Amino acid sequence: MAILNFVLRRLFHALPLLVCVIVFNFCLIHLAPGDPIQALVGEFPAPESYIAEMRKNFGLDQPVYIQLLLYIKNILAGDLGFSFYYRQPVLSVILDRVPATLQLMLPALLFSAAIGILLGVLSARKPYSLADNTISVFSLFGYCVPAFWLGQMLMAAFAIELGWLPSQGMKTVGADLEGASLIVDRAAHLVLPFAALAIRHLAVNARMMRSSMLEVAYEDFVTVARAKGLNEKAVIARHMVPNALMPVVTIIGVDVGFLFTGSVLVESVFGWPGIGRLMYESIVKRDYPVLMGNFLITTALVVMVNLIVDLIYVWLDPRVKYTK
Amino acid sequence: MSWRQLCRQFRKNRAAEISLYLIVVFIVTAVLADAFSPYDPFTLGDDTLLGPSAGHWMGTDDLGRDTLSRVIYGARVPLLVGFLATATSMLLGILIGSFSGYFGGRTDVILMRATEYVLVVPRFFLALLVVAMLGTGVMKIVLVIGLLGWPEVARVVRAQFLTLREREFVLAARAIGASHIKVIFGEILPNAIPPAVVVASILVARAILLEAGLSFLGLGDPNLISWGSLLSEAQERIGASVWLAVFPGTALSLLVLCVNLFGDGINDVLNPKLGKR
Repeated sequence: MAILNFVLRRLFHALPLLVCVIVFNFCLIHLAPGDPIQALVGEFPAPESYIAEMRKNFGLDQPVYIQLLLYIKNILAGDLGFSFYYRQPVLSVILDRVPATLQLMLPALLFSAAIGILLGVLSARKPYSLADNTISVFSLFGYCVPAFWLGQMLMAAFAIELGWLPSQGMKTVGADLEGASLIVDRAAHLVLPFAALAIRHLAVNARMMRSSMLEVAYEDFVTVARAKGLNEKAVIARHMVPNALMPVVTIIGVDVGFLFTGSVLVESVFGWPGIGRLMYESIVKRDYPVLMGNFLITTALVVMVNLIVDLIYVWLDPRVKYTK
Repeated sequence: MSWRQLCRQFRKNRAAEISLYLIVVFIVTAVLADAFSPYDPFTLGDDTLLGPSAGHWMGTDDLGRDTLSRVIYGARVPLLVGFLATATSMLLGILIGSFSGYFGGRTDVILMRATEYVLVVPRFFLALLVVAMLGTGVMKIVLVIGLLGWPEVARVVRAQFLTLREREFVLAARAIGASHIKVIFGEILPNAIPPAVVVASILVARAILLEAGLSFLGLGDPNLISWGSLLSEAQERIGASVWLAVFPGTALSLLVLCVNLFGDGINDVLNPKLGKR
């Protein structure tokens, strides 16, 4: 029950944020050069009758505050407009693309969390040893190299030069695959964009975990654990890691937003048909309703993932209560 | 510590020192691009898609333009955006963080809620949206990135204000009749600057990467060369010449690396208690 309460309360807290995003979109519509109707419909030709209907729906002949209320009402009712480029309602255009992005992001998120934490622990075991220095240098570079350029380099090396992996898309177009060969095909397409996206976060997590481990290394409970005669492995696994994880979990939560950023760029490099690629296409086509809808949906997704991270946090640290 | 002592302390971190020199090299080359670039970055040539050679150190693109010259001119936008956007973020973050931490209460609740929101929102999407809808231009990009970077600064500054506002020197200043504004900016703020400076170095690196991302997606200033737009051009021709992507990307990564290492060095000097992270 406490958990349900916690989740509901957090969702309720997120609501004002989503309203802020909607209001922000509304302001953009009115700040954009030209007639607001253009921002609402996009620059792809739309029928006159639809434009007239939009004018009426959004009350464009009425005072601004009524327009704002109508806009919020329409959006909250799930009506994000219609994309004339894709000939579909904006909401379904975006929701069609979400699974592809999640297929790219979730493995990257989980892998970089697991391996990053592992590398951080290894690094902190013997600070300034060869292993630690190697991991530190690697994570420093991973931290500084932009994901999309890394993607280009990986593509040039493994797809174009060596020809080992496909360079574009998420499946072989036209191939009618089944069973194992289907999975192999999907996995082969995933490898490069996944690597480009995961390495940066791997680096961040490894750096964070290392410093977090070094911070708890001098805590009293670690000394006590050692004094009790526990072997080093048990001290690390049972006493240091659980405590050192806390700040890292927070960072992983914050990083979800950056993961979306990375996915826009990496998806553009690899022609991955997710919401990042959609964002790029809508910029090129000036399909504003899709852009605005995408921003709203992505914010909602980030809020959801943050909520999950918070739940993990509470689970990790018994001192933090759901009531907070 | 005196200025000289600070410098000596900073130079103990060799990586940070070398990074500082390299950043200066980047800036000087960008400012004096006319003098340093061997060719005009816009002049077309007959030798297209060349690899590195004696005539063209970094090769040429599909229109025969010299890549080295384009990389040199391409440094201007990222550097400009990196520093100006960070200055904007610092200004806003310091103002918001000081008021939030000093006055506390309702002011603090509202400002911190806003900070939290900006931190949660996918900021790159927001920047894309704004630039795509309101039009491109270097100053717009500076403004957008600058307006999105303040929460990190505000948090750090607020934390400093929370601890410092209870100290005796603040009480003394209030007791002799100093105004709130004077106490905030004259007494407390100077003590809150060091941790904010460290955040600034992170923001510069991030702003450079954000600008590169925007330019890569075609939202940079169409009249100017930037590393991001060079990488965008390279994307379409990567099968024909990988060099088009190698050099601008290396320059970009190197600059970001230097800014981060420089920031680490500053951190060691200004916040010695925090130790090495």
